[in-house]
Amino acid sequence: MKMNANTSQKIAKFTIWAAALFVIAILFSIIAYILVKGIPMLSWEFLTDIPRDMGRSGGISSSIVGTLVVTAVAVIVATPFGIGTAVYLTEYTREGRITRIIRFSAESLAGIPSIVYGLFGFIFFVIYLNMGWSILSGGLTMAIMILPTIIRTSEEAIRTVPQLYREVGFSLGLTKLQTITRTVLPSALPGIVNGVILSIGRCVAETAAVILTAGSALRMPESLFSPTRTMAVHFYILAREGISMDNAYGTAALLIILILLLNVGFNMLVNRFIAKGR
Amino acid sequence: MMQKAKIDIKGLNFFFEQKQVIKELNLEIPDNRIMGVFGPAGSGITTLLRTLNRLSDLTAGARQEGEILLDGKNIFDTDVNVTELRRRVGMVFDVPTPLPMSIFDNVALGPRMGGMKSKTDLEEKVETSLRMSALWDDVKDRLDTPAARLSGGQQQRLCIARVLALEPEVILLDRPCSALDPISTAKIEESLVQLKEQYTIVIAPHTVQQAGRIADRVAFMLMGDLIEQGYTQEVFSFPKDKRTNDYLTGRFG
Repeated sequence: MKMNANTSQKIAKFTIWAAALFVIAILFSIIAYILVKGIPMLSWEFLTDIPRDMGRSGGISSSIVGTLVVTAVAVIVATPFGIGTAVYLTEYTREGRITRIIRFSAESLAGIPSIVYGLFGFIFFVIYLNMGWSILSGGLTMAIMILPTIIRTSEEAIRTVPQLYREVGFSLGLTKLQTITRTVLPSALPGIVNGVILSIGRCVAETAAVILTAGSALRMPESLFSPTRTMAVHFYILAREGISMDNAYGTAALLIILILLLNVGFNMLVNRFIAKGR
Repeated sequence: MMQKAKIDIKGLNFFFEQKQVIKELNLEIPDNRIMGVFGPAGSGITTLLRTLNRLSDLTAGARQEGEILLDGKNIFDTDVNVTELRRRVGMVFDVPTPLPMSIFDNVALGPRMGGMKSKTDLEEKVETSLRMSALWDDVKDRLDTPAARLSGGQQQRLCIARVLALEPEVILLDRPCSALDPISTAKIEESLVQLKEQYTIVIAPHTVQQAGRIADRVAFMLMGDLIEQGYTQEVFSFPKDKRTNDYLTGRFG
């Protein structure tokens, strides 16, 4: 039977609409499930107390601190290297064998499973450099893990800056470096920030690589050399060992809220910063 | 009588890969005058302007022969500091290009990068530059707001102020009004006529009429050749070359 063009149009529209709805429904049901189960667990004590009795009672303050600091170390270390590499690739070389090798390396790095980074971090930072299970080992491992993301997003952002901006810089008597830092990077900033936010999300959510490098200590970290248990790891252990599903949900809910807050907060900060220019 | 030449172009050939964009060009550009270089698109006018402050260095596959003397000194000499040359020969592009920062920072960028540190010096520099480009009264109360929020005409006057802040000797303008409305265009033309008291101005006008309104001397270029040049009145009223006449009367272009 031959279908009326109008009818097939309607069916197509409905199918596409249903597919989109389905995706959104899955996302929201997961978030809703976690939040419904987890939010009742949240209390002032849960936020401020360290875990007691292996996490059966007490709070998760040490995990919150550990998560934030590991992520901070990773982002602070990876961002300059990532942007530097992106600037080199876009501004200081012509396309050629070297750029292809660098880009291929970065893309290969992006495809490696995180547990492999964990193993590398364990062997190199924890054992060979004798840094032990520590925030620093974990943060540096995460830094290597997120480097490809930051390189790629920064490179894309810098590439989309119109050539004219560079010419404006040069025509104002700026040197090459001044042109890059004063005209190119400010224009690319929103794209670069996007990559950093994406990376923050990955760090906060990472489990396998952090267990191997930052450990799973429950006490409040005292320095960058203290071991710690990030929230994702805490959640994993609580659920895996059947210690306390309630507290696992509480941690998961807080993890979701934290990622949300980090994204919103970071965005607001950057918007305020670049609002000066846009 | 011809003024003393600020820029003296001698036997300039410009190639982009195999293609010759400027052919054996000789042109003297006098001090304190507006020189209009006009002709149909693709005549090599933009290239000529970009060569005058060596912005053409940035184009891959480009090379040139001949000399461009700025105050008697060839700008292609190996001992020329290109950064300094570009401060002496400023450029305004065909589309307004505010950088993603405040109005103040846009104008202050050049002086700052050139080493001006004192806040009062910078404030003074920004004010005088904005006054000269006739933008000061529009923006004096909102120097901290993003430059992108200005209208197109204001943005272009900002770009002129940004160049003036470098204290250049020559200002190059590549079709600076092609994206602007007639009122903004009139304002910019008015400032240019005032600015020529202190600067040498080379403009690629976006219309023949604009050249007629503001240029003291004009040069007509076609397919990389300089066809004719002279005082605006003479060239416009009594073109010596048939092609100039055809272009001016709208027979092609």
